[in-house]
Amino acid sequence: MSDVTLTGIRKSFGTQVAVKAMTMDIPDGSFVVLLGPTGAGKTTTLRLIAGLETPDAGDIRIDGRSILRDTPADRNVAMVFQQYSLYPHLTVRDNLAFPLRSPMLRTPEAEITRRVAEVAEVLRIPHKLDNKATNLSGGEMQRVSIGRALVRSPSIFLMDEPLSSLDAKLRADLRIELKRIQSDLGATFLYVTHDQIEAMTMATHVGVLDQGQLVQFGTPREIYENPASLYVASRLGLPRINALPAALFGGAPAGAKTIALRPEHVQQGQGKPAQVIRIEHLGDQTRLHLMLEGHAFTTLTDPHSPLTSGDTVAIQPRDALYFDASGSRIA
Amino acid sequence: MAQIIIKGLRKEFGAFTAVQSSSFTIEDGEFFMLLGPSGCGKTTTLRMIAGLELPTAGEIWIGGEEVAQKPASQRDIAFVFQMFALYPHLNVRRNISYPLISQGMPRAQVRAKVAEVAQILGITDILDRPVGGLSGGDRQRVALGRAIVRDPKAFMMDEPLGALDAEFREHMSLELRALHDRMGATTVYVTHDQLEAMQMGDKIVVMNHGVIEQFGTPQDIYDKPATMFVAEFIGSPCMNLMRFDGRVAAGSTEVLLANVPVAIPRQHDGLSGSLAFGVRPEHVQLSTDSPYRAEVRATEYLGTTQIVTLKTAQGEVKARTGSEHRIGVGDSVGLGFDARTITLFDAKSGHALRSDLNAGVLQNV
Repeated sequence: MSDVTLTGIRKSFGTQVAVKAMTMDIPDGSFVVLLGPTGAGKTTTLRLIAGLETPDAGDIRIDGRSILRDTPADRNVAMVFQQYSLYPHLTVRDNLAFPLRSPMLRTPEAEITRRVAEVAEVLRIPHKLDNKATNLSGGEMQRVSIGRALVRSPSIFLMDEPLSSLDAKLRADLRIELKRIQSDLGATFLYVTHDQIEAMTMATHVGVLDQGQLVQFGTPREIYENPASLYVASRLGLPRINALPAALFGGAPAGAKTIALRPEHVQQGQGKPAQVIRIEHLGDQTRLHLMLEGHAFTTLTDPHSPLTSGDTVAIQPRDALYFDASGSRIA
Repeated sequence: MAQIIIKGLRKEFGAFTAVQSSSFTIEDGEFFMLLGPSGCGKTTTLRMIAGLELPTAGEIWIGGEEVAQKPASQRDIAFVFQMFALYPHLNVRRNISYPLISQGMPRAQVRAKVAEVAQILGITDILDRPVGGLSGGDRQRVALGRAIVRDPKAFMMDEPLGALDAEFREHMSLELRALHDRMGATTVYVTHDQLEAMQMGDKIVVMNHGVIEQFGTPQDIYDKPATMFVAEFIGSPCMNLMRFDGRVAAGSTEVLLANVPVAIPRQHDGLSGSLAFGVRPEHVQLSTDSPYRAEVRATEYLGTTQIVTLKTAQGEVKARTGSEHRIGVGDSVGLGFDARTITLFDAKSGHALRSDLNAGVLQNV
């Protein structure tokens, strides 16, 4: 397990710049999640570290040593893809053992048996070892493909949306599993997703990407509570943060263009009158869609709130965030 | 615009029964959700209402007329599919006007009608554009326009947002619901996404294996699930079902969980044997002094709240608490349960036991 550092990494495909001057430290034993929409440069970053792409500029170091001249096989990184690709004619045991049987590694058979048993234990699939790979549920197949990365003890695990093809319940279970596996092994994970729930729940550090640039790097709590820009603020939180003209409530700092309020930071009972447009009863929370001077926004209310559309509620901001015209945070 | 009444509706495909015997009423102007996992019979039900499948047995009343065995063309219903099929060689205006022209409506009237629909959907400025270059959202609006323009008695929608990405889906679901609120047309909507159903629906039917598990308002279904299937299908994370062997008498207001007395709503039914104690994650409190003990397995940060996964004598339990509480994996904690919200289930049949909480709702099941 190791520190991985990216310094001034650039990558273009033709005229399309996929990664712009990215500098990032992935500390040993951390679970770093790169979050961003399609096209933000997440997967390209993974592929650059794996050696599947070559950067136009910059350096990538693992434990202080530049790996740019190493072949993908020499880099000792393991990659898990969105679509699990197992060898269908092999058993789970042979699928797991496959990377160790590579002629480059020459792992003794006793060692292979030991590693496979160990990984099967971590993944909670020891009873499935003799099953054919095709004879597994989707969640088990994805666990085996993660296991195939685990057997090798690489310096870093690179994961490209490994849970996105699974159903909601399985995803929730595997989120906890992955987090447990990572912390049990003390492994370093770099994990790519566009799912904010995955980023918030699993990461020790979240890196938010915007058009090939790392715009903020910090703990999920830092990113949620203290976003550097409006873009970052709107990446986390459901319902999404409300962005409104800064002057709407008064008291905005000089230079502020936008006031951003998380739904839980719209305080009811005092302040300006807003119209209730619609109420959504989601069970554990009730979303109130409001309109204030022509601006739509969303807040939360008590599940058994008697409010209905057409009602008026007084609202005022609490713990508001302010952003300037460029979207940078000013207060 | 119409009320839709379904009575004893059944559909068999050879030896397979897709829909057992469904009965429910969709009020005029309601946004009505058919919710369930794949294969539960929700799409078959929708197709029978629309006339795309003929039922094996049962009645379908649309606006006071029994139509179960009538072809789709005689039912005056508009269908919006998941994959919105537009005519690629026609522009937006001609795509929307097509159903009217094929009915033989006079030109001037068609123009006026299309203009009105475009106004409702906010697509007036793209009427003369080819559909090829449109964004996903605009294509969806055009497809809706084609359904709306006929003024049908009701709309049938089969996962119309299923193909869209999460962010855009959120936006379109609000827009669709706002459109419904403006037009007030009876809408029957199929989805497997419980959040979408809760968000958009006035009423929800939850189906499983061709059987209606529950029928009611979103909040009632969430707070007062009639079956263990509904308890687990609705909510994210879903309701905790803590299984235990025990006894509960009619009139009692507590049960024993791992020998700890826990308060529950006053029970109307008694039962002894295999039971499940149903509690939603937000109604589980972590407290140091509660005698019901658990061990923290995992915590998941979600911004203002966090989900805590706990190991208990009754299996795994998830709690939703404020994220300001710092909780460590491996900690031993006590659990409290909000007594007013508890539902007990007969774990064998899966049905909820009646109590002061749910008796009013369970009568309509």
